[in-house]
Amino acid sequence: MLMTGADMILKGLEKNGVSVIFGYPGAANCPIYDKIPEYNIQHILVRNEQGAAHMANAYARVTGKVGVCTATSGPGATNLITGIATAYMDSIPLVAITGQVDTSLIGRDAFQEVDITGTTISVCKHNYLVEDIKDLPRIIDEAVYIATTGRPGPVLVDVPMNISLSSTDCNYDFSCAKPPVIRGYNPEPVADKSEFDEIVTLLKTAKRPLILSGGGIILSKASDAFRNFIKTSKIPVVSTMTGIGSIETDNRLYYGMVGSHGVRVANYALNKSDVLLVLGARLGDRAVAHLTNLKTNKKIIHIDIDPAEICKNIAVDISVISDAGFALQQLNSHAGKISCPDEWVADLDRVKSMDKPYNTDDGEFVNPKYLLKKLSDRTNSDVIITTEVGQNQIWTANAFTVKNAGSFITSAGFGTMGYGLPAAIGAKFAAPDKTVIAVMGDGSFQMDMCELGTMSQWGINVKMILFKNNRLGMVRELQWSAYKSNYSGVFLDGSPDFAKLVDAYGIKSKCISKNSEIDSAIDALLSDDKSFLLIVNTDPLETCQVGFDRKEHEK
Amino acid sequence: MNKYIISVLVENHAGVLSKVVALFSRRGFNINSLAVGETQDETVSRITIEVSGDEYTVDQVSKQLNKLIDVIKVKVLNQDCIKRELILVKVNAPSPARQEVVQISDVFRAKIVDISAQTLTLELTGAETKTEAFLQMLEPFGILELARTGMIALERGTNVITHP
Repeated sequence: MLMTGADMILKGLEKNGVSVIFGYPGAANCPIYDKIPEYNIQHILVRNEQGAAHMANAYARVTGKVGVCTATSGPGATNLITGIATAYMDSIPLVAITGQVDTSLIGRDAFQEVDITGTTISVCKHNYLVEDIKDLPRIIDEAVYIATTGRPGPVLVDVPMNISLSSTDCNYDFSCAKPPVIRGYNPEPVADKSEFDEIVTLLKTAKRPLILSGGGIILSKASDAFRNFIKTSKIPVVSTMTGIGSIETDNRLYYGMVGSHGVRVANYALNKSDVLLVLGARLGDRAVAHLTNLKTNKKIIHIDIDPAEICKNIAVDISVISDAGFALQQLNSHAGKISCPDEWVADLDRVKSMDKPYNTDDGEFVNPKYLLKKLSDRTNSDVIITTEVGQNQIWTANAFTVKNAGSFITSAGFGTMGYGLPAAIGAKFAAPDKTVIAVMGDGSFQMDMCELGTMSQWGINVKMILFKNNRLGMVRELQWSAYKSNYSGVFLDGSPDFAKLVDAYGIKSKCISKNSEIDSAIDALLSDDKSFLLIVNTDPLETCQVGFDRKEHEK
Repeated sequence: MNKYIISVLVENHAGVLSKVVALFSRRGFNINSLAVGETQDETVSRITIEVSGDEYTVDQVSKQLNKLIDVIKVKVLNQDCIKRELILVKVNAPSPARQEVVQISDVFRAKIVDISAQTLTLELTGAETKTEAFLQMLEPFGILELARTGMIALERGTNVITHP
């Protein structure tokens, strides 16, 4: 059958279950746009290519399928890079298809030419520059396969314009359901069942066992198995940021997020434990700042699908290369033999009880943590929540009750400001019946607010909560704690009137400044299924810390 | 710091070498020497890399290399493997020094591959210790140019790296 390169791309994507592409057209990917209407694939036009990558990212997280985005050559492709790197750091299955200049022009600094495969080597799981149209159907199959299997990640396919435009006789079997065979790629290592025996023995004899749950549990859709394991073994759990939601955060055995912006009891548990099982987490520096200290008093067990994560950041005592799902299946078959000592749980409860309750007094500002806690109570956490990066992210991570795995969507590893709103759009597109809430700061919102246009154009309704403190709050907090309050470059003077801004897109808003207004504000936010912006005046001195003392910060 | 020799079998197509090399700079590993060439299977290239570091380095290098889709097989070679590099060296050798340079070349079993009134160009293969010793001997005469291939290596006996 005679097919163009663009046909092969779209037919290949369709074959792999792709029903939406987030993207932005230009000359080099125009041959693909020319053909999109002929396929059962919807295109969502974004306002900046980076937004397309973030939308595809959140779409992938919500559906568990691959997210696809496209951009033209040159600046279109480079605008994708931050989005690709974001997906890479959080192991999200993403396929990015970029247009490239004609093969005859490659290397001649043609208009809108960039070596995007060279540029993205270190932020992609794999990438391809298509040099022969005959390879194209195979490459699309491989790209989706590589992105979605093993430790997921982004794959970029760079297609020169002459290849997507030209036609050739194509005998590729687009109905073949067998996974491609790639001799250098073995994505699903199967651990031996006996490898788990030693782990069970250690957990059985531990006085202070602890599980550090990571995003791997959510990615492998193993949170039900994980919750069962905790229910039976009664081992306390702490999590990394991507691990939030692996177990419901109001479970009495969940003690919160670890790390520099985690909660006290979680870090206490991490330090105090005598057997630590790290499950689907990579022990990054933001989760564990002082790895050498961690090692002194405990046995560490590490289970991860990626062999390169074992002993990368810390030497461990026992390791198993395995998908979290398989590991939990094995662990669950022994869970009945494990029982965590009550004294350890009591000790953690004691430390947890030292946290001060949220300040609910009425002053000039709304307490963001209190608002987020209330929001989760009012919605029974039956929402998808996305965040930007900054204080808003940490407040949400620590204060919002997350019950469903995968319903907390954030750029954890790469820490990308400008992620939250496009992520909310991608999530809402993936789950139109769900309420999707984007939590933002006034700094990060201004990085991606152009995507309000995407929301309007496609009728994708997102609830937005904007914590407004006229500061880049996270950096301000850092300058307070580490730079002797020498505030530099953190004042957001010149921000627009956000209510008027969203009004220009036909979106309603409300602004509150008091804790007593929270309830009515949540009513307004959730009153219908339309987009809404809730502007929350927030104390510029508010910090991420749990035991916040205003006086101490008034320096 | 120890030296490790890693054999990497990769898909033989464009862009693969840059992915391998990019990994080293990205992860902060140092390459002492690198050599690449097609194998008996034309779809496969063999990259021989010598890295300095400790066991952690070589373990991480191997694991990270294995993650590259285009990498088919990675093996850290035994320390007693056969290592060779090829050098071409142009030495300042007018008469009467020429005679002495020729004698040194004989001792090392180097080949004279080019001659002029002023220079001799020599070819030598061997392990790094041998080539280094040779260059040291030539140093006093004046080395005008030096080109070396980077080390290639194979394990001894029946040890082979197989691949699908």
